[in-house]
Amino acid sequence: MHLFLEQLLNGIATGSIYALVTLGLALVYGILRILHVAHAAVYTIGAYIGVMLFNLTGSLIAAVVGSMAVSAAVGVAIERFVYFPLLKYPPFVPLIGSIAVFLSVEELCRLVAGPQILTFPARLPFPEFQVGGVTVSATLSAIYCITAGVLLVLWFVTTRTRLGLAMRAASQDIAISDAMGINSHFIVSVTFVIGSAVAAVAGILVGIYYNQVYPTMGAIPAYKTLALIVVGGLGSVPGAVAAAMLLGLAETLLIGFANIPLPRDALAFIAMIIVLMWRPQGLLGSR
Amino acid sequence: MSGYLVTLGTIIAINAIVACGLNVIVGFAGQISLGHAAFFGIGAYTAALLAVKAGLSFWAALPIVVAVTALVGLLLGLPSLRVREDFLAITTIGINFIVEAVFLYVPFFGGALGIGGIPRVSLFELRLRGPEFFALCLVFLALAMLVCRALTRSWAGLACFALREEEAAAAGVGISPVRFKLLAFVIGTGMAGLGGALYAHFMRFISATDFGFPLSVSLLSMIVLGGMGTLWGPLLGAVIIGILPELFRPLVDYRILFYTVLLLLMIRFQPGGLLGEDSAARRVLRRLLPRRRP
Repeated sequence: MHLFLEQLLNGIATGSIYALVTLGLALVYGILRILHVAHAAVYTIGAYIGVMLFNLTGSLIAAVVGSMAVSAAVGVAIERFVYFPLLKYPPFVPLIGSIAVFLSVEELCRLVAGPQILTFPARLPFPEFQVGGVTVSATLSAIYCITAGVLLVLWFVTTRTRLGLAMRAASQDIAISDAMGINSHFIVSVTFVIGSAVAAVAGILVGIYYNQVYPTMGAIPAYKTLALIVVGGLGSVPGAVAAAMLLGLAETLLIGFANIPLPRDALAFIAMIIVLMWRPQGLLGSR
Repeated sequence: MSGYLVTLGTIIAINAIVACGLNVIVGFAGQISLGHAAFFGIGAYTAALLAVKAGLSFWAALPIVVAVTALVGLLLGLPSLRVREDFLAITTIGINFIVEAVFLYVPFFGGALGIGGIPRVSLFELRLRGPEFFALCLVFLALAMLVCRALTRSWAGLACFALREEEAAAAGVGISPVRFKLLAFVIGTGMAGLGGALYAHFMRFISATDFGFPLSVSLLSMIVLGGMGTLWGPLLGAVIIGILPELFRPLVDYRILFYTVLLLLMIRFQPGGLLGEDSAARRVLRRLLPRRRP
């Protein structure tokens, strides 16, 4: 029972991190219909800037804020210089561009920071607490609180503000929302800012959780999150978050308790293909 | 010719065969596939198992390899009937990861150790080494390109083009999307199987990581750079993608970065490919050789 509870808590943490990364991807897909593989590059950059600023200043707040700012700028730059000019081509053209950006950033990180694993020795100022006799560490508690906070803020912004209304309008039909007087290019940039800043937070959390930051840390999230947005329903943010949580739990619990002959990273894709064959619009998608 | 050039040329020729197959699926029928390396791998593993475990010769195994790969391609092409565009792209990525995982984790396929001891190809008691094997690959490449050429001039090819341009309209004039999409998948994956068999007998040792997702990306980059849907595009792309990393070899550590940045710049500024409609090369050619319209 103890072990199960611990696995459950770890599974929720893994799912939360998946959710934070997938969020930006789902937002971008919803508005531009682009598979933003380079989002994982933004996440890697976020982790690196975070660890560097932390080592430089010793302040976690400075690290988080600085890394969010840099990642947001990188996200907007990718949108302006790579995606926007390629929007009129078939979808695989921006997809290849995105993969090229992702691989370039991976290489750049390796060249600048070196191929070795950096440690991220930060302590997160969150309370420890007990659940059923199991101690929830400060890191886990931070992951839960921050994910919940981000999701809450995002829910509030998208459903209760004029900006959110404009974002939802642009994701329904970008040309019509343009005609209604919404500056949709600005809205697209805002979407990239939000998604990339959240990815930076996810990068820092992963860095602290596993105490590792390395150049290829984005490789598995890059493609796994694609499977997650499909399972959730392309462009559906709640669906993507739900799928991320489910996958985090399934991976941790199945690997812990069932003897599966496949690696955990293939699991997401198997789930995805089953969902696609059964419900092509995704769990919470509508078409 | 030095051994280095022969090896490079052989790899490029094999990649060009596989890229031709991908071109049939993506360029002709318009079905995006980011998992083509999986079929290359299935071909290579089938060839390796038939050679090492069943003791068949390359020539006896080749039809079986192509048939098996095309059959798997037919089965995995079925999702393309149900999903399209972005969904298909992600599904094929998934197929690539799953196939790689199966090769890596199932002991029958050699697991992490891969399969070694694959014999060389022999023809009439003559063992094909370096240059002879390169020539064999070129013959197969020419065959693959002839098949592509025949396809572009056939009714089936026209049907595929129509599906690529507008599926609903094509279905409206009586072109069965099911039949011709699956036809494209069968031909395309069959060529990947042929490439896989050549690869297995050339490397003589294969392991699952040779056929991972990065290879699928390079294969797709080849046909995009060369010119999707054109006859010579895949070959040109395979040559470019094959030679670039070699040219950047003096840059040592910066080699991969240069290569990925160049890929990014090419896709950013020449997204139709070097031989595609409206590409810089076509425009220059058109200006130099004004063609009289009949």
